[in-house]
Amino acid sequence: MKYDHILIRFGELALKGKNRSIFEKQLQQNIKMSLKLFPNLQIKRTYGRIVIELNGENHEPIVEGLQHIFGIHSFSLALKVENSLESMQKGALQVLKEHDEVNTFKITARRAYKPFPLDTMQLNREIGGYVLTNTNDITVDVHNPDVDIRVEVRETATYVTSGSYPGAGGLPVGTSGKVLLLLSGGIDSPVAGYLTMKRGAKIEAIHFHSPPYTNERAKQKVLDLAKTLTKFGSSVTVHLVPFTDVQKHIHQQIPSNLQMTIMRRVMLRISEKIANERKILALATGESLGQVASQTLHSMNTINEVTNLPIIRPLVTMDKLEVISLAKKIDTYETSILPFEDCCTIFLPPDSKTRPKREQANKYEQYLEMESYVNDAVERTEKIVLTSSSPVNDEVDSLF
Amino acid sequence: MIYLDNSATTKPYQEVVETYAKVASTYFGNPSSLHSLGMQAEGLVTESRSRIANILGVKAKEIIFTSGGTEGNNIAIKGTAWAKKSRGKHLITTQVEHASVAEAFAQLEQDGFEVTYLPVDHAGRINVMQLEAAIRPDTTLVSIIHVNNETGTIQPIHEVGKLLEKFPHLLFHVDDVQGITKVPLNIREARIDLCSCSAHKFHGMKGNGFLFVREGVRVNSLLHGGEQENQLRAGTENVAGIVSMAKALRIASEQKSHDKKLVSLRERLITQLTSIEGIVINSPSYDVAPHIVNFSIPGTKPEVVVQSLTAKEVYVSTKSACSSKLSAPSRVLSAMGLSEERASSGIRVSFSYETTQQEIDRFIAELKVIIPELREVINS
Repeated sequence: MKYDHILIRFGELALKGKNRSIFEKQLQQNIKMSLKLFPNLQIKRTYGRIVIELNGENHEPIVEGLQHIFGIHSFSLALKVENSLESMQKGALQVLKEHDEVNTFKITARRAYKPFPLDTMQLNREIGGYVLTNTNDITVDVHNPDVDIRVEVRETATYVTSGSYPGAGGLPVGTSGKVLLLLSGGIDSPVAGYLTMKRGAKIEAIHFHSPPYTNERAKQKVLDLAKTLTKFGSSVTVHLVPFTDVQKHIHQQIPSNLQMTIMRRVMLRISEKIANERKILALATGESLGQVASQTLHSMNTINEVTNLPIIRPLVTMDKLEVISLAKKIDTYETSILPFEDCCTIFLPPDSKTRPKREQANKYEQYLEMESYVNDAVERTEKIVLTSSSPVNDEVDSLF
Repeated sequence: MIYLDNSATTKPYQEVVETYAKVASTYFGNPSSLHSLGMQAEGLVTESRSRIANILGVKAKEIIFTSGGTEGNNIAIKGTAWAKKSRGKHLITTQVEHASVAEAFAQLEQDGFEVTYLPVDHAGRINVMQLEAAIRPDTTLVSIIHVNNETGTIQPIHEVGKLLEKFPHLLFHVDDVQGITKVPLNIREARIDLCSCSAHKFHGMKGNGFLFVREGVRVNSLLHGGEQENQLRAGTENVAGIVSMAKALRIASEQKSHDKKLVSLRERLITQLTSIEGIVINSPSYDVAPHIVNFSIPGTKPEVVVQSLTAKEVYVSTKSACSSKLSAPSRVLSAMGLSEERASSGIRVSFSYETTQQEIDRFIAELKVIIPELREVINS
């Protein structure tokens, strides 16, 4: 037997009242996008479920892909049968035979389509009885069965499943608006992006690079990280900001122990400008309280002064080891630890203040031609859109 | 021309040659160079790796690019034997391996390793129980060919994988050079740790191959130098070959509809061969690859048969191409228990998706002319 369908259940979405259909549509669209590589799939919404028709596609890579998509509570491989008792009985038997070494089972019928003539108790009994008479040495155990066969009766068809895969939880990406993620290429910021997406935000990423002091590979690394984030259900637009001139300017004008603080403030100003242009309502960073000099409470306070946008810091209370284990889980760790210099490590003076003050920062920023440098960087920003299915450009794609 | 020697090598797909030419002339940068030309080349290698991994259902970092099957087999066998030598120096393989496996083990024997060569039955197949009996506490590696290059015999790789689940410290290498794209093999399900493949057997270019190395398996490298291929295989990558290999694998894997055609060609050939007096089929009748038929014409010299067919532009093979210049009985056929006469007169016919019924029929017609002539010479 081959399972021919996948039945997807929602988590929190069920609570969303009148907005529910918006959430469901978004989830359907996200699933479609991340499974684009399998053209035969049919992805349909039916009363409180999404059903994928496999149409001959191998289910393994699809199961793998679905586990990453936010907004899914759980999903099961399913056999679709007609709404007749006989088909349900045969389907249940087939599904049971998929399992090795079964001693006990139970049938859990669910009647989403109430007009079906048999109620759930009758269905359980009739289907269970059929399975019992057609197998040897297998008994029913309603409390702790080896296999729980679920029979879901819906208006157009019945789905027979056993066992389910846990989904990623969260909300469908795109249902909570857009957030601009400051993506450095380190371990933390991709994880922050992932957690932001988990709550339904679509992210765009902003990266500051300083050619020729940072190289092409460092830039590619950031694009690879952003690309990894696309598998959680959305395309990711990356804004690449040329930062060399700003850094040189700061290096010349600002005392060394305040350079890092001011550099961060300029980054936020540029980010805010780009966020405004893109109608993005919040920023996200991978900061964790006290991790490095720029992430002490004093630093955050001083750096945060320049923007009025909410800054989401999903990692703020996490330990480094917690972040690392998440990075490994979402597959960004190996890329993050590639040793390329990023813009934060070049020009970095050894004596950064861990307790910078707002007054000092404001005082020294008077010596900068802030507006023209910020505007210039924003203007020269390069925009790249990454999706899960278009990893390379057309010319490269044609080679394969 | 009738080309029936596809187990020796295949004709590259036209699209593959085009990709090779384009990459070789446009993206000629060294993938290790810092500049953007180097990065483009590196990007192509990375992309190829992930596409090949996708087709095989494994992780990109588990694919190591090599120069072909011989190198893959050598890295897999010597590289793991040496890496695990502190654990034990006993290795297991079969009597019917390709020369690049057999010789690698022979060298390890000279270096103080002990090797068990599993016997095979008359179909050329090992017995999984015998394998289990051969496993010792100091065994570190089991290496088994998937599809035999001379006879097409398929080994019970999945059963071996299942058995080896009981021996988690044992590494399992599979030589899948002849099997890939022709006989399905699920690397994960078969619990394979290392698997070697070669591009020119599936209509890619010569000089390219890849070795699957499961994540977490430590292998000593044989070539030292740069840090390419996860530090396992130093040397500037053959970018054009790698990209065109990914393309060839995609095309070949998409041609599932050809499987049935190959099977029916094979049946047709065997029916006609058995109708010729004196011909005996050496390939087994079940669990056999759809593209290889091995038969003997006792009383003739196979080299002479090949030469006579060559004169008519029909190309077949004796034994495997890698050892066919030697005029000794086939090691594989001998291991199957065939008489010396039969083992030294084996002819191998191997198809591709391009082979037609008409070609098979013509091959048979030529054979029917040649055989009596050759017998006359020998008997007179």
